[in-house]
Amino acid sequence: MPRFNSPGELEEFRQEILSKRDPNRPCITICSGTGCHAYGSERVNAAFEEEVKKQGLETELDIRRTGCHGFCERGTLVVIYPEEICYVNVQPEDAAEVVQGVKDKKVVERLLYVDPATGKKIVHESDIPFYKNQVRIVFGNNKYIDPREINDYIALGGYSALSKALFQMTPEQVLQEVKKSNLRGRGGGGFPAGIKWETTKNAPGEPKYVIVNCDEGDPGAYMDRSLMEGNPHSVLEGLIIGAYAIGSSQGFVYVRQEYPLAVSNLNVALKQARECGLLGDNILGSGFNFDVKIHRGAGAFVSGESSALMTAIEGKVGEPRPKYIRTAVKGIWDRPSNLNNVETWATVPLIINNGTDWFRSIGTEGSKGTKIFSLVGKVNNTGLVEVPMGMTLREIIFNIGGGIRDGKKFKAVQTGGPSGGVIPEKYLDLPVDFDELTKAGSMMGSGGMIVMDEDTCMVDTAKYFLTFLADESCGKCVPCREGIKQMLDIVTDITEGRGEKGDIELLEEIAATVKEFSLCALGTTAPNPVLSTLRYFRDEYVAHIEQKRCPAYVCKPLISYYIDPNKCQACMICLRQCPVGAISGGKNQIHVIDQTKCIKCNTCFEVCPPRFDAVRRLSGEPVPAPIKDRTLARGKG
Amino acid sequence: MTTVEISRIDQIIDKYEGEEGILIQLLLDIQQELNWIPKEAAERISQRLNIPLSQIYRVASFYTAMSLTPRGKHLVSVCTGTACHIRGSPRLLDRVTDILKIKPGETTPDRRFTLHTVNCLGCCALGPVVVVDGQYYGKVVPAKAEEILKGYD
Repeated sequence: MPRFNSPGELEEFRQEILSKRDPNRPCITICSGTGCHAYGSERVNAAFEEEVKKQGLETELDIRRTGCHGFCERGTLVVIYPEEICYVNVQPEDAAEVVQGVKDKKVVERLLYVDPATGKKIVHESDIPFYKNQVRIVFGNNKYIDPREINDYIALGGYSALSKALFQMTPEQVLQEVKKSNLRGRGGGGFPAGIKWETTKNAPGEPKYVIVNCDEGDPGAYMDRSLMEGNPHSVLEGLIIGAYAIGSSQGFVYVRQEYPLAVSNLNVALKQARECGLLGDNILGSGFNFDVKIHRGAGAFVSGESSALMTAIEGKVGEPRPKYIRTAVKGIWDRPSNLNNVETWATVPLIINNGTDWFRSIGTEGSKGTKIFSLVGKVNNTGLVEVPMGMTLREIIFNIGGGIRDGKKFKAVQTGGPSGGVIPEKYLDLPVDFDELTKAGSMMGSGGMIVMDEDTCMVDTAKYFLTFLADESCGKCVPCREGIKQMLDIVTDITEGRGEKGDIELLEEIAATVKEFSLCALGTTAPNPVLSTLRYFRDEYVAHIEQKRCPAYVCKPLISYYIDPNKCQACMICLRQCPVGAISGGKNQIHVIDQTKCIKCNTCFEVCPPRFDAVRRLSGEPVPAPIKDRTLARGKG
Repeated sequence: MTTVEISRIDQIIDKYEGEEGILIQLLLDIQQELNWIPKEAAERISQRLNIPLSQIYRVASFYTAMSLTPRGKHLVSVCTGTACHIRGSPRLLDRVTDILKIKPGETTPDRRFTLHTVNCLGCCALGPVVVVDGQYYGKVVPAKAEEILKGYD
């Protein structure tokens, strides 16, 4: 790698890369994000490499392993450039046909995405409804870049914003630009980044620190991970620009150790950036010095909270502290420390390059720019989506997400992770931004969007988050430690048939206390899942308490499985698959579930052929006694 | 601990020489190397870096990534993230605990399996997900659990 001693040298190098790259040369890109990795993209990649070698095409085409493309539902994703032909669900066995297709300039029809709405095959990635309705300014470059190749990032204009900031702007101008853009923190709080930067800049004490928060702890959210894994230089560039504006020479990246690929790609990125003179002493010959250390988190949700995260960087237990003095003023080792989320940092170079006016033209009055969401749960197109602030939930879930799986009915969408809440159907036309979601009793959070259908129990959902929070509460302050536990006990009682009159009111009372008096944001937001489910689905709590009925058939102690003798065809499928041998019957003998043995694992319900549809779930009503004559009269219907 | 293990721990400690706030990173490395944090390792750190043993144990017991008991040969992780949860991971977890006869966080007496739950693996499209020794299994219905675990001796 050459070392750039001036912006001109960086620019020359960029032109050199571009001049060597033939835009018409075929390139097979293979998504290697975490989702596709789980589908086996490693094997797909190996198969493609072998096939290219076998056909002797190494000199005629490239293979590039890229970061996450976002359409995780259909992995492994393979896109062929320059035509942008998108293949979905690609398996290693498909390599020969695809490579042959690239050689002959033919499309492999059977691997194309089929639009479920029209039944038509779609060739180009950008025509697929999942992608078509997105605005991908932050996440969009993932699919073009090999995250372990700084050249790929530079070829797309990478580090030009840094060069602009260092040589054409004063630190104050950079700060004012970010402030004017009204970039709000993408990690959940939505605090204006520029104001935070200014606080750290003006706070007394040296050195000052800048930190990337990649401790993405919200279950069901993985956009920070995909950005860090897929385009680490974009985060790094933003961080260096921020450090320049604030006057910091030392940065930290806090990454969860559960994200080994992010740690590894980031390490490579840091090494390459140092070699190129984009990090370290005298960056690009500007005289500005800045370097970055990686701190791996060790699995504690609360350590994502700013003061806890900074304590962890000091090597201590990552617990929060009271923030009478903000971390922006006294953070790591009591020095001014500015913490922003991965996505926030990655947005900074875009603002510097394209200007505040451009950024402010996207989004709503109070929330500018785009936001990446991880759209998961009972939705057809699971994946990462980037949309302008202000798009409605309906557009995101139905136009991009393709609606609810298996033709089921939408019930709610959970946003904001364990600190957020559920949003019911009547608010589907709510424009998604920081303020609107808060008004609806939820929050933006880091961007998890978990779609729930009629089979999701809302009391169980509240119990799920309370279990999570009770486990993750550090125990330092009483309202959080005891309050969450008490709420969990009450909700557990409700889901197990021990709910009593007055439980709901008691829950509300405890929730108010926890919200008011907890030390950190984990506690003050912990009641949200309970309060929002109570606000919109109170009738479900009432059904559990008064009728001992779980309307969604989720809470095990309140449900039973029953085989309808009029429908059972004695096919033996459920009988064979029951893990505890609770089903009796035989050939021509109608099957019966022994209720004392049944563990309610749902297996019989899942395996009963839909054409028979004989297994029923019951809740709030007794199981009918088995019929006496269990001989199946065939043909009786 | 063998002398080889002790010298390995020394090497890890040496790697961070002179740096501040390295305890968590150090313990993570030891966890990765030995698959748990034995008492001898904690004592070695305490001795060499002059950190009170209580502080080391406070950190090691706080974080889920660190284990103070030896882990089994195979690590079974059942994802209990929100997306997996609503797609049926509780039933799957019940089935796995039933088969292995241990609760999350425990190791089978023959030390073949350690079971634990994770809060999100970031591959929600595949939920419910089980990972055994880094191998991902997606869309796992409870009935499939036994077959998967049978593949590991």
